[in-house]
Amino acid sequence: MTAVLENTPQLEQASTRPVPIGRLTMIELRKLADTRAGLWLLIVIAFATAATSAIMIGWAPDEEQTFQGFFEFGLLPSAVLLPVLGILSMTGEWSQRTALTTFTLVPARGRVIAAKLIAGVLIAIASTAAALALSAVANLLGAAFGGDGSWSIDGSVIWQGVALQVIFVLMGIGFGALLLNTPLAIVAFFAVPMVWSILGGTIKALKTAAEWIDINTTTTAMSEPAMTSGEWARVAVSAAVWVVVPLALGVWRVLRREVS
Amino acid sequence: MITVEHLTKRYGNHPAVDNVSFSCEPGTVTGFLGPNGAGKSTTMRMICGLTPPTAGTATVSGVPYRRLGNPGRHVGVLLDASAQHAGRTGREVLSLAALTMGVDTREVPRTLDRVGLNATAAKRRVRAYSLGMRQRLGLALALLGDPAVLILDEPANGLDPEGIFWMRGLLRDFADRGGTVLLSSHLLREVEAVADHLVVIGGGRVVAQGDKAELLAATGTLVRALDPAALDLVLKRAGLAGTKTTDGGVVVQAGAEIIGRAAADAGLVLLELRPAGSGGLEQMFLTLTAGDSVKEAVR
Repeated sequence: MTAVLENTPQLEQASTRPVPIGRLTMIELRKLADTRAGLWLLIVIAFATAATSAIMIGWAPDEEQTFQGFFEFGLLPSAVLLPVLGILSMTGEWSQRTALTTFTLVPARGRVIAAKLIAGVLIAIASTAAALALSAVANLLGAAFGGDGSWSIDGSVIWQGVALQVIFVLMGIGFGALLLNTPLAIVAFFAVPMVWSILGGTIKALKTAAEWIDINTTTTAMSEPAMTSGEWARVAVSAAVWVVVPLALGVWRVLRREVS
Repeated sequence: MITVEHLTKRYGNHPAVDNVSFSCEPGTVTGFLGPNGAGKSTTMRMICGLTPPTAGTATVSGVPYRRLGNPGRHVGVLLDASAQHAGRTGREVLSLAALTMGVDTREVPRTLDRVGLNATAAKRRVRAYSLGMRQRLGLALALLGDPAVLILDEPANGLDPEGIFWMRGLLRDFADRGGTVLLSSHLLREVEAVADHLVVIGGGRVVAQGDKAELLAATGTLVRALDPAALDLVLKRAGLAGTKTTDGGVVVQAGAEIIGRAAADAGLVLLELRPAGSGGLEQMFLTLTAGDSVKEAVR
């Protein structure tokens, strides 16, 4: 860059220095919640998570009302809905055409994508932490209403929970980047793996493949404590298919696509 | 300073922009003129690194736009005022940009005020904005980083006459303080009032460019006769090419004396014989770009 600066003394340093990735990440996090769609999605996730606790206190057998029990069930709403936030983070730039401003202000598109991915991981971690806190409250309440109230929780359940959230959020961002169209990406995100599950379940020849590639099946093990290495391997293979491939193709597409 | 050299963009076989070269100097306003679909926006998007060119280069202050780490602090860009998230408030749009550029967020209300968006408008979502308000918001976005260069695509679209007048003053002032302005429009009159230089583009090619005064001077002579049919005949016989204006006049690429003599020889009564000025430029503009709008409709 020095050569460039020598040639063009009129360029201020403020305009040549790249925008720090931390700053971009903060902006992407803010963009997740500063629209009605994003804000309501977060509110719905919070209410749905609280509802899982309420359902358990109201209807689950007393012995299931433990800290771990509340936590495992409480992760479900965010596992389903947070990826939609990830999808919106990518597709919103194109359907709302804000990519024009975003990439005009930050021409290094890779940095914006990186910031979106980091923001996605952070929100996944934050939602798991929130689910954990909510489960603690629910456990106290549950114990008061005659629940088991046990506080023992297997450490693996927590960080497997984090990994589960991260995988699905990144999968959402990947589908969003690949399709760059909100309704299409949301439908594809939910329908394509489901169709694959149905095919894998009905067609015998696909059975073994389905055990490895069906991400809805392989990640079920993640909500049970102490996953085996075999289960991890299956998660890794299915994540490669449903997360890494769409992400790689999607990033390639966003980097090259003409913005207008 | 903006330098565009041999910029070309082809979509399949269709050349949207064909070997376009021009430069914009500090302290001047350059009007980028052409009908819709002439390639103005594509050229501007290529300057801003949003569209990869098929050939040629564009630099801003000597640097390709994409090499600027934080371009907002040097170049203010408004390419499409309606390209904003409908669900964000005007203030939020500017705040996000301020955070990105590393500009103090206290500049946000100040800049909104500068473009004529008050506190009530700032709190409203962009969905509720009129096109004129969106243009003002876009202009605020461009001005926020205190840039030295402005690139504005059709900024007067949707502004009321008072707004257009205000914007002209703002751009003039910006250039007078040493800034570089590239401003596109499909309306000659709109640009004529503020531009120092003109670049006229039609069908993806530059058809005329230069100092506004020179361009206006070189646009030929307007002649109007009592008997238009006879004038046609005389001009044809004298080998003078002319294009008809809408009010019955003819713009001829020749001096007043030559036309006057030809008319006198034929005993023709002339009602008007004068430098064509902006009317001539408009005529040239229409002629050079004739048929483009038809093509655009088909494309």
